[in-house]
Amino acid sequence: MARFIVRRLVGMIAVLFAVSVIVFLVFNVIPSSDPAQRMAGKAATPTLIESINEEWGFDDSLPQQYVKMMENIFTGDLISYEGRENVNERIVEGIPATFSLCLGAAVIWMFFGILFGYLSAVRAGGRLDNSLTVLAVAGISMPLPLLAAFFLNYLTYKTEILPSGGFVEFTENPLEWAEHLILPWVTLAILYIGFYSRVLRTNMLDAMHEDYVRTARAKGLGERKVMTRHVLRNSLVPIVTLFGLDVGALLGGAIVIEGIFSLGGIGEYAFLSLKNQDLPPIMAIVLFGAFFIVLFNALVDIAYAYLDPRVKLGESAQ
Amino acid sequence: MASQPNAEEAAPGAAGPWRLAWRRLRRNRIALAFLGLFVLIVAFCLAAPLWANQVADTGPNDTHTLEKLGVGGETREVVSPSGKPIGPQWFEADGKFFLGADGRLGRDEMVRLMYGGRTSLLIGFSAAAIMTLLGTILGLLAGYYRGWTDTLIARTMDVIWAFPVTLLAIALGLALAIGGLRIGPIHLSGESIWIPILIIGFVFVPYMVRPIRGEVLSLREKEFVEAAIAQGASPLRVMFAEILPNMLSTIIVFFTLNVANAMLLESLLSFLGVGVQPPNTSWGTMIGSGFDLLTSAPLLTLLPGTMIFLTVLAVNVFGDGLRDALDPRAKVRVQVEARAGMAADEVSGGVAP
Repeated sequence: MARFIVRRLVGMIAVLFAVSVIVFLVFNVIPSSDPAQRMAGKAATPTLIESINEEWGFDDSLPQQYVKMMENIFTGDLISYEGRENVNERIVEGIPATFSLCLGAAVIWMFFGILFGYLSAVRAGGRLDNSLTVLAVAGISMPLPLLAAFFLNYLTYKTEILPSGGFVEFTENPLEWAEHLILPWVTLAILYIGFYSRVLRTNMLDAMHEDYVRTARAKGLGERKVMTRHVLRNSLVPIVTLFGLDVGALLGGAIVIEGIFSLGGIGEYAFLSLKNQDLPPIMAIVLFGAFFIVLFNALVDIAYAYLDPRVKLGESAQ
Repeated sequence: MASQPNAEEAAPGAAGPWRLAWRRLRRNRIALAFLGLFVLIVAFCLAAPLWANQVADTGPNDTHTLEKLGVGGETREVVSPSGKPIGPQWFEADGKFFLGADGRLGRDEMVRLMYGGRTSLLIGFSAAAIMTLLGTILGLLAGYYRGWTDTLIARTMDVIWAFPVTLLAIALGLALAIGGLRIGPIHLSGESIWIPILIIGFVFVPYMVRPIRGEVLSLREKEFVEAAIAQGASPLRVMFAEILPNMLSTIIVFFTLNVANAMLLESLLSFLGVGVQPPNTSWGTMIGSGFDLLTSAPLLTLLPGTMIFLTVLAVNVFGDGLRDALDPRAKVRVQVEARAGMAADEVSGGVAP
């Protein structure tokens, strides 16, 4: 176990290092993105650009600039080019909105994904299964902006049932917090609900033919207990795997959702910074996002070994 | 695929796997219906120049801001002084502005919808082709050679994997839309639609490499591969003439999945303004420009969005049918493997018979 953790940690750090180098390089080799030129604005004089270069160290070699930037990220001194704000503070400010969005959506999609998948499998071939299957395919075929537009048009502008966006802190008013987040949650969750219910349905149908299910039935276990204790439990393993990976990668989806519903979280900050080619925040946010992906990857492997004793950690780390 | 059964018709009774698959597919009415829907959508998009020239008499980028439309006895402004575009006219103006105008610029929404669909479909299929090709080749190499080739490919994929896909695509989209792309002899300007195609084709590759690699790993232990090697077949020959044909059904199923994913990501990128760039238009860019008018003209968003939805739905449902026909036991497992990555080998190893 200890060996596994050490190896996983080393791997994580290596991947994060590679990610940071790639982002840094991409934004340094784009021709039109000289940060000094952009900061100096339209009325740039050579002396002004020179002093900016001096102040920010843009004249240093790329490796030097890279090291400086990484240092600043970890000491919390990273300053953005655009607006000269402290990047780490902005990210911390965005955490409540982004985490509320991601965690809420994750709870919703796990609940409905498992519920629909279970019902589908138990009633396989029936009318309920057919309707749920149609809904699931529709869910995974849905473009996010269309869903958001649909909700905004019919639930916000026409009927004013729900607010069109904005974020209220949970500590301020839990009811309004939820009210403002319902649309973003559902919009983000629908794709995953469709996907998870399909996966679970297939896995459960596969598991129903396993010997241990026949044994369970033979020893006189009730049908519901067979389904929940044996079939469902064993079919949840790949769902847990997917869940870890999807939650880790949720920042990508958050960019779109936060923009549409103006939640003011990290996703929105990421998109704004990308538009401004503001390298420091981009760097910090990408690393922040990559950290969660890599972390959840490792957690999935551990959870996997826990759920399925046949998997040995040393092997799955390969 | 359709030619395969014909070729085997000479030997009655001996139905090959492709022929059996074709029979199963033919019986699947739902899959065929959605294939029909897909063909309709493609025909709709291909008819764009016809409609633009013969009916609407305008191009996808022609602006009509200050023009007036004579409908019956009255005249209607294409764009009202307050900036509200004209709504659907259906056939009242002889097919002009069939679905109304697209905003302040007063472009014909129907014409744009048809031309936009061409871009979206082109990107969806080209990007899917790229990721299928790259994913298959890398998966073959990693699974066949194992050792350091496998390690190198796996680690590279890990790094791409560590980026949130959307975030990576957005970052690349922005960077390349501004600067264009110059690699050796390849020179693409920022507005080329090859930029979103390459980006989308690239970011999804890891999702395909792993399951393909897993399949190669198990196939290369089979007797027929051993036999080919014993006969002195070169590695290239073993990979592409022995192993590849045995994975064809997986690859075909993956391709449909890739088309669906590519079209959804294209719509997302273009919606955010980092995918297809003007003067080209796609359903994604149309959603993006329509979103600002959501309160006054919701159709401008809902129409292109629904087109994407229907196309992806058709591809997904037909892909499901194809999967059931090619390998009735596989079902959605290929999708799990495509996304589960790290643990995918164990997932399939643990669940598959």
